[in-house]
Amino acid sequence: MILYLSALLFSLYGFWLLLSGFWHDSLLLGLGGVSVLLVAVLAARIERRDPEHHYLSLLVQLGAYWFWLLRKILVANRDVVLAIWRPQRYPISPTEIRLASSQRTPTGRTIFANSITLTPGTVAMEVDDEGIVVHALQTQAAQDLARGEMDRRVSRLERSAK
Amino acid sequence: MIILEILSWLLLLFGAFLGISGAVGILRFPDFYTRIHAAGVTDTLCAGAILCGLMLQAGLSLVSVKLAFILLFLWFTSPTASHALASAARHAGLKPHLAPSREDSPSTP
Repeated sequence: MILYLSALLFSLYGFWLLLSGFWHDSLLLGLGGVSVLLVAVLAARIERRDPEHHYLSLLVQLGAYWFWLLRKILVANRDVVLAIWRPQRYPISPTEIRLASSQRTPTGRTIFANSITLTPGTVAMEVDDEGIVVHALQTQAAQDLARGEMDRRVSRLERSAK
Repeated sequence: MIILEILSWLLLLFGAFLGISGAVGILRFPDFYTRIHAAGVTDTLCAGAILCGLMLQAGLSLVSVKLAFILLFLWFTSPTASHALASAARHAGLKPHLAPSREDSPSTP
């Protein structure tokens, strides 16, 4: 809890500094500190009911995952743009499939569903305890998801946060 | 500096092209769910390319940091919005147009 609070204070104050750009005015620095403290106290009151406090180690692993996801996004963008401009050669084949998801925490499942939606050509339509219903623009994109590499990577990310 | 300028303009033009592609896709695709995918291009790479191009214009400054924050928040919130739209349409009972299943149609390349 102390670690979580101090991390929250530190990152919020850094965020405030970067957004405001007032590095030298002590009154404004103090006011920024007060508002950061207020937000941290409110957040801590909300978080009391939430047992997941592993976000710090998650952040470290997130970098590698984002890099992998960025490459996926680039490829998916190319596929969708080709389907837009050359519909004869690259026809769309809308598909709906149900994916099993192996994540156990709400955070992990959210990361998985958001990653699916963030890559163009696939959208998570329905998320529940067993899995995710996905709508894909092209059957290939659905098959690629069904191979489960993204699911495994998100689960590995989730485990590393324990 | 001229190299940065050229790179920045290439990124801006690339982003503009992707934005137009997304708009054309929204007009061209057949139903609501497929149109979300076209909008996804505008949400991800179009916004990313334009913001990166602007960051190169701004150089190493607080403006670039703010642009990076915008990109980060956009990439967090836009899938949430897309999912909310798709989920709402599904709950309202809108059926997607689906391609005939692969068994009874010649396979797509």
